[in-house]
Parts: sequence; structure tokens; C-alpha cells
Amino acid sequence: MSDFADYTLDHLDVLESEAVHVFREVIGEFDRPVLLFSGGKDSVVMLHLAVKAFAPSPVPFPVLHVDTGHNFPEVITYRDETVDRLGVRLVVANVQDWIDDGRLRERPDGTRNPLQTVPLLETIVANKFDAVFGGGRRDEEKARAKERVFSLRDGFGQWDPRRQRPELWDVYNGRHRPGEHVRVFPLSNWTELDVWRYIEREEIELPWLYYSHEREVFSRDGMWLTAGDWGGPNDSEAVVNKVVRYRTVGDMSCTGAVESTATTVADVIVEVAASRLTERGATRADDRLSEAAMEDRKREGYF
Amino acid sequence: MTHELLRFATAGSVDDGKSTLVGRLLHDSKSVLADQLAAIERVSNERGMESADLALLTDGLRAEREQGITIDVAYRYFSTAKRSFILADTPGHVQYTRNMVTGASTTELALILIDVRHGVVEQTRRHAAIAALLGVRHIAVVVNKMDLVDYSQEKFNEVSASFTDVASSLGLVDTTVIPVSALVGDNVVDASDTMPWYTGPTLLDYLETVPVGTDPRDEPFRLPVQYVNRPRTAKYPDFRGFSGRIASGVVRVGDDIVVSPLGSKSTVTGIEVLGTPVDEAFSPQSVTLLLADEIDMDRGDVISSTESSPLMTNEITATVCVLNEQPITAGQRVLARFGPKTIRAIVESVTDRLDLESLTHLPFNGALEVNDLGTIKLRLAGDVAVDNYADLRTTGAFILVDEQDGSTLVGGMTRC
Ligand SMILES: Nc1nc2c(ncn2[C@@H]2O[C@H](COP(=O)(O)OP(=O)(O)OP(=O)(O)O)[C@@H](O)[C@H]2O)c(=O)[nH]1
Repeated sequence: MSDFADYTLDHLDVLESEAVHVFREVIGEFDRPVLLFSGGKDSVVMLHLAVKAFAPSPVPFPVLHVDTGHNFPEVITYRDETVDRLGVRLVVANVQDWIDDGRLRERPDGTRNPLQTVPLLETIVANKFDAVFGGGRRDEEKARAKERVFSLRDGFGQWDPRRQRPELWDVYNGRHRPGEHVRVFPLSNWTELDVWRYIEREEIELPWLYYSHEREVFSRDGMWLTAGDWGGPNDSEAVVNKVVRYRTVGDMSCTGAVESTATTVADVIVEVAASRLTERGATRADDRLSEAAMEDRKREGYF
Repeated sequence: MTHELLRFATAGSVDDGKSTLVGRLLHDSKSVLADQLAAIERVSNERGMESADLALLTDGLRAEREQGITIDVAYRYFSTAKRSFILADTPGHVQYTRNMVTGASTTELALILIDVRHGVVEQTRRHAAIAALLGVRHIAVVVNKMDLVDYSQEKFNEVSASFTDVASSLGLVDTTVIPVSALVGDNVVDASDTMPWYTGPTLLDYLETVPVGTDPRDEPFRLPVQYVNRPRTAKYPDFRGFSGRIASGVVRVGDDIVVSPLGSKSTVTGIEVLGTPVDEAFSPQSVTLLLADEIDMDRGDVISSTESSPLMTNEITATVCVLNEQPITAGQRVLARFGPKTIRAIVESVTDRLDLESLTHLPFNGALEVNDLGTIKLRLAGDVAVDNYADLRTTGAFILVDEQDGSTLVGGMTRC
């Protein structure tokens, strides 16, 4: 061990300081930032970091939620309570509105995750948001491993892997032309386990469906889905009672529960540390379509 | 005990086995999950291989998958009971000097691969030179494919000796040379009985024990100001704090400070680490400082200790690496970014270029092209606070940006 142990930071403190540095860079370089807030654990951690970065000032930007209309009701409640408590402004882009006025059409399989892209981009344009904080982590998926912290998107919200700027030291280049915006990923260097350890350390409250509970579910494509208005189960799918929790909270039609008895953050950490499946592999149906699925969606301007 | 974070970069020539080594490191340290392993086993089988090709674990974007080569910096994460690691995986091709520069800029250790059959080649010398230039403190030289030379101690010693020559000519002081077989797994995570003559650490042992960072008490205090925090709320009507991440050194309540470039002086009356008041803070903590006096300060100013403050100048000599297709020539107008500070600049002259074969700077006044390393003189629209990069990395580094399309043109290291 070094002889300056008292002047060495724990890895979580290093990651926290780095994320805060990113938040402060954005507020210094951009006019209209916004933070994507779904009530999912990564976005909750981002918002927590934003609060700390600017304390004692209030968070100096609004948050944006793209609501597929198929979200878990308990997550929507959590979202609303959180923004109220922190006094931040919430902008909601309802996918339903786009479907109702014909700008988007429902997919035959009923999945709405791929439909989020257009409402997201149009809301960014309508509000003239120039920096959009996302909770993406490089450890989540191969295509993300090369994503920059500041990721330039063109006027169509598209990501071009060949136009990304090299990022050296801690100097982030956020220059963009009118109509372009920059996606910013303050949690780039965090792993799933880091996120959970931070939630534990900071005692951050999450929507309770991240913890084990009893729930009526049915099996589709090897995942446990929750019944709901979104269109499940069909006649051949039997509903059963299971003790489960969610590892991500997205669209109900393609976010699967995992069997788990983890009722506390500490339990979840043990479970994640011993886990044999990456979180996306376990729970998001649409990521499994092809190995390059994520990359294709990123090119289109997905999160 | 603190669970530390170590950032390191990899470099190696094509086919030295870098992807295999990284895959092996992830696999043997149990950082690969079942579904990832299943996916690469499937792909390996489709390609007619018998066992999982661990190199696939680090492959990335589609174009690269199709070409079967790595063409950018990819970041990997793994942890052991002792430490967390962030690995910047950078390719070894000649035309991608910039990627290694990018990867090395955030790391304090470079892992340089050598194929034991080929020994130290031109690429190895370049990688070592770039690591030295970027101020990477520790070098781990991994002599790979030992299985192909019957684990010969003699071969290893030859390679090791010729690398040591290169290292000392570049002034690299901390180098460790390790014989491995990435394919088989010898000395990557687990010690190997194929090389009883080797008594040093395995690669992972080394990564888990090499010192992280430096003692901040040995460095002068620098805080580049990112944001002036003025809540103007009912609860905090008069709060005025200066937020940033400490680039180097330690700050304590009561310290006398000076603000560059204006030169105003004051005293630290309070330090907050993300909302919590403390008496002392050090790099790389993100903090908010409260000062005794109402002094003028903007984003981009640098707060430092009065005992040792940065250089104030509008003329800068620097080593640069060209990162963009657009060449760098005398007379060019650009934007310079020193941490949070943006300022207009003009390239006054190009004075030399690093010849990557002889590793010497040769006089040159033409255009520096992408992947070139060379020396330029910059004139800035005003004074900035800078340090000599070799002494203080964060306040000695900068980038140049194209004002029109915003692209990042060069990474620069101040020499003063
Ligand atoms: N015998 C032997 N072969 C090895 C070893 N390590 C890697 N190889 C082989 O060397 C070849 C190149 O390995 P890669 O890991 O793809 O090489 P690389 O340096 O990453 O190449 P790029 O990713 O294209 O830059 C492959 O055929 C590997 O199987 C080793 O320790 N022993």
C-alpha cells in the first residue's frame, strides 16, 4: 500500500467526482441541457449526482421522460414524487400522442421501445435542447464501449461512429452547429455494480420493483413479463405467481423480471456480483434481436 | 482499506495478441459473464474454431467486426477484490497513433505487447515513446506467445534487455517485463509452471499492486474553475462558491490563494465536497470553494496556492499530436481549450516533427498531418494559466478545436 493512503480516493469517489466534473462542464458550455429521467436506477443516480454537483443551488436544468404509455405505474408515481421533491421541471414526451395523431404507428408485436426515438428527437428539437444527459454506461454493451462521454448527434439525432471526436484527458469538446446536439454520458465509466454500490452508499431510494416482491407474470421469449393493457398475455400464455424483481425498468412489453429474493440493496449487490448474465441480456427482449441491435438503434438516435 | 481505481491502456502491433490477452485477462479474472461467453462461443463455432476465441470479447463496432480488427479506443471494465480497473484498449496500427495518444492521456499505466518471436520492433519503440510523451508513469511490457518459443528464458531475456535499452533512452523509469502466453493463459492471471525461471508477478498481480496516483501533498494546488455557484435562493441569498475538480495538490481552509489570470488574492474560508463542508480536500476531488473576498472570477480561471502558481502567458510552446485529417500549419486560426478555458489562438509556427523511426525531433516547418507528433508555437488572444505538462498533466494539457465544424484537431502538451 502507498504511504499516501489518506490521500487516496475510493474508486466510487473517483467516479463520482468525474461525473460531477462532466455535469459542471455541460452547464458551462451549453445553453439548454436536459436530463433523460425514466425513474430507472441509472437515471436516478444521474439526478442524484446533478443535485450534488450544483448544491446548494437547485439543479439548473429540466428532466425529460419519454413515456411509452406502457410504463410501470409505480415507476411513474416514483418519477413524479422525485421531481416534486427536488423542485425540478419535468418534460414528458408521450409516445401515445404521436400514435394518436398518426405521426407514429403501433407495431404489430405491440412493443413500443423502438417508437421512443421519434418523440425523443422531436422533443429535443422543439425545446432547443443542446445537451442531453443519458445514463448509458460503457460496460452495458459492446457498441457502447467506444461511445464518448460527449457524443455528437447531427440534425437528425444520428450518431456516426466515424465522426466522434477523440476525448483526451478531461477536456470535453461540446462544440456543435445549430440543430445539432450532444448526448452526454456522465456514468460512462461506471459498471452495474458501481451503480448499486453507490445507491447503497448514498442511500438513494429507488422504485420498489427493483427489489424482490410477489407478482403475477407470464413467460414469453424466455422472460417473465407483467400482464397489462399493453397486450399481454395471450390465450396460450399462462399467468403464474412468482417472487421476482426487475433489473431495469423500461417498457412493460419487453422488460422481463428475474426470479430473485433480494429485498435490500445489499442483497441486490450480492446477487449482481455473483450474476451470470449481463443486465441487458437478462431483461431486454429487443436487444437480443441481433448482436448489432444496439448499434443500429444508436445510429437512429436512440438513447 | 480503500478500493482503488487503476486506469491503464494497451498497445501492441497487429497480431501480437492484444485482443487475446485482454480477453484472457477478463476471462481468467472472472469478469466475463455467461451470456457474453455464450455469444462468443457461438460466433467462434460459426467461424469454425474449436474453442471460444477470447479476442472476440473486445471487438466492437460493426465495421471492425467485419474487418476483424480493432480500429478505435474501446473501454473495458473489470474488478477484483483488490481493485477496479478501466482499460483503454487501443490499436497498434501505424496510422492510429492518435488513438494511442487518446487512450494513454487518461491512464497512468501502459501495457505494451511484444511478440517474443519478433522482439522489439519499430512499433514497440513508438508505443513506448508515446507513453513517455503522454507522461504515463508505469510501463508493463508483456512478452507474449512464449508457448511458441518453448518458454525459453534466453529468448525472454533478449527481448527484455532490448526493451530496457529503449526505455532508458526515453527516460521511462518504471518498467516491468512479464513473459506470458495469452492463448494458453500462462502468467496472465495465474502463475505458470511452464516458466519456473520466472519469479516475478503475473500480469494481474502486477496490476493489483502497482501504486495508483501520486501523493497530492507533493504537488502544488490547482483548481480550474468550471462554474460559479450563486444560488440566489431565500435560503442562500449571498452564497458565492467556485466549483471545479482539483487538478493537483491539496487545499485547506485558511490557505492563501491566487486567481489566474487576473492575479487577485484571497483566503479560503470554506470547502465543500459535493454539499458536505470539509477542512481539507485534494485531487481529484470535485469541490466548491468559498473565499474571504468578493473577487471577480469566471469559468476557466485557475485558483492556485500563492506559494507556487502557474505560468501566466499568451505564448505557448507545445508538443502536439494531430488527431484530425485537417493538417496543422503556421498561420492557422483555432480555438484552444485549456480545461474549462476556451480562447482564440493562432498557430505561429511549426518548428519540428518527431521522426518515429529514429525517435528524434527533426526541424520541420511544413504541415503536420494526422498522426504526426511535433512542436508548435501558439499565440493566444489573452493570458492563460498553464503548467509544464511533464510536471502537472491536467493544467499542462490542451486541445485545439476547429471553429467552423467543431472537430478536435490536436492534443497538446505544454512545454514551459
Ligand atoms: N501461440 C500463441 N498464439 C497467440 C497468443 N496470443 C495470441 N495469439 C494468436 O495471435 C493471433 C493474433 O491475436 P489477436 O489477439 O487477434 O491480435 P491483436 O494484436 O489483438 O490484433 P488486432 O486486434 O488485429 O490488433 C491470433 O491468431 C491469436 O490466436 C499466444 O500467447 N500464443
